Amino acid sequence: MKLSALVLNREDNVATAVRQLQSGNSIVVEIDDSVVSVVLSQSIPLGHKLALKDIERGERIIKYGETIGQATVKINRGEHVHIHNVEGLRGRGDIP
Amino acid sequence: MNFMGYRRNSGSIGTRNHVLVFPTVICASAVADMISQAVPGTVSVTHSHGCGHLGEEKEHIVRAMVGFCSHPNVAGVLLVGLGCELITPELIAEGIMKVGQRFEMVSIQAEGGTTATLEKGKVLAAELLKEAARARREPVDISELILGTNCGGSDTMSGLTANPALGVACDSLVAEGVTVLLSETPEMIGAEQVLVKRAASEAVKKRIWEITAATESLAIKAGVDIRGTEPSPGNIEGGLTTLEEKSLGAVLKGGTSTIKQVINYAEKPSEKGLVIMDGPAHDAVCNTGMIAAGAQVIVFTTGRGTPLGAPVVPVIKVSSNNGVYQHMKDNIDINAGGILDGEESVETVGERILREIIEVASGKTSRAEILGHGEFAIHSLGLSV
Repeated sequence: MKLSALVLNREDNVATAVRQLQSGNSIVVEIDDSVVSVVLSQSIPLGHKLALKDIERGERIIKYGETIGQATVKINRGEHVHIHNVEGLRGRGDIP
Repeated sequence: MNFMGYRRNSGSIGTRNHVLVFPTVICASAVADMISQAVPGTVSVTHSHGCGHLGEEKEHIVRAMVGFCSHPNVAGVLLVGLGCELITPELIAEGIMKVGQRFEMVSIQAEGGTTATLEKGKVLAAELLKEAARARREPVDISELILGTNCGGSDTMSGLTANPALGVACDSLVAEGVTVLLSETPEMIGAEQVLVKRAASEAVKKRIWEITAATESLAIKAGVDIRGTEPSPGNIEGGLTTLEEKSLGAVLKGGTSTIKQVINYAEKPSEKGLVIMDGPAHDAVCNTGMIAAGAQVIVFTTGRGTPLGAPVVPVIKVSSNNGVYQHMKDNIDINAGGILDGEESVETVGERILREIIEVASGKTSRAEILGHGEFAIHSLGLSV
């Protein structure tokens, strides 16, 4: 089966696109044994992430079941998740 | 499980049989290169070190040079110096003698200039080549192997395909008594909680937190956001958003075994099994450190594609996606991209990597070797004047 996006842990709130995905398309991802469908509000380049649920500003982004950063703005389900709406929390010498 | 290797006087096993022409100081680099060019079959490297190092930096550079020059893949080494440098051929030879490896020395000031040193160096290098030609491969147990792992030009696919597949191979090798090195400390920041769960002792756990904190503090002290370099611009284009995300994908390449020890850059591991080497994520610096620590084969995963190899040690390149494999086929030994199409599983790619490691250890040339890649760089602590 040609997968669209991968979810690595049931705790994750993002999926990783394993193909170029078009805005407006509905994709299906597997989370453990269940199947979830997400309508994309933006195109997602290969290897980039999409939100599996609505994520509030300041909420942690979870991938591999671990924190990879936090949302800098509210991110809606189906949106592209990347540096424009997520920041890392480690190695931040720029924050006093 | 066996591979075919060269048994050295030191007791270590070589996967290659090189004669190395090594400048102990940058001032001897050109002459070392001229000697190597004049004696086909030898290899040489260039670096910017050898003088001006203070305290700990000197020990650090000397350890890396001795480890590299006395590596079991080096049948014999010609050390080339200037004469007035801090790190002389004699200093490096002291370390080499401890493992009983063959070496010769030549210095430019003593010989009386470039031409005289070149002439003497040619004779010595040719003699070392003649002796090296007598070495023969023999079957040796796989547990004699130290495997280096590295990743560079990563994308989000690296953490889904190539890294976990390499992790499968590492787990199989560790079960056979092999030592596997996982390095690139910056790419453990954000993944410490995953690593410490597998620490063999409280001391190892503490060291893991210490080395990542020390690396993270470099960015904090400098008042900069580490995202200025980690993830790199290419990583970000490939979909990696934060260092934490990159780290969680990067540490998968070492597998899931117990972490037995944490060693310094270019230090020899005293434990078998999975060992963390503290060091930078710079690809060539990391390779050189793992070679100096004794790695005889390196597996290097990539998502964006990189041609990087290493001098004297074979580097096996694993691509994370079909696109980069098709685009940079001549640089890639194994493609893990089939995992994304459901054509292959992580486990089957891991088995292919394992077989490739044994074949390459036994003499099969890797793509980086065929293409002549021998990038070399020693880590500096920044304590040079």
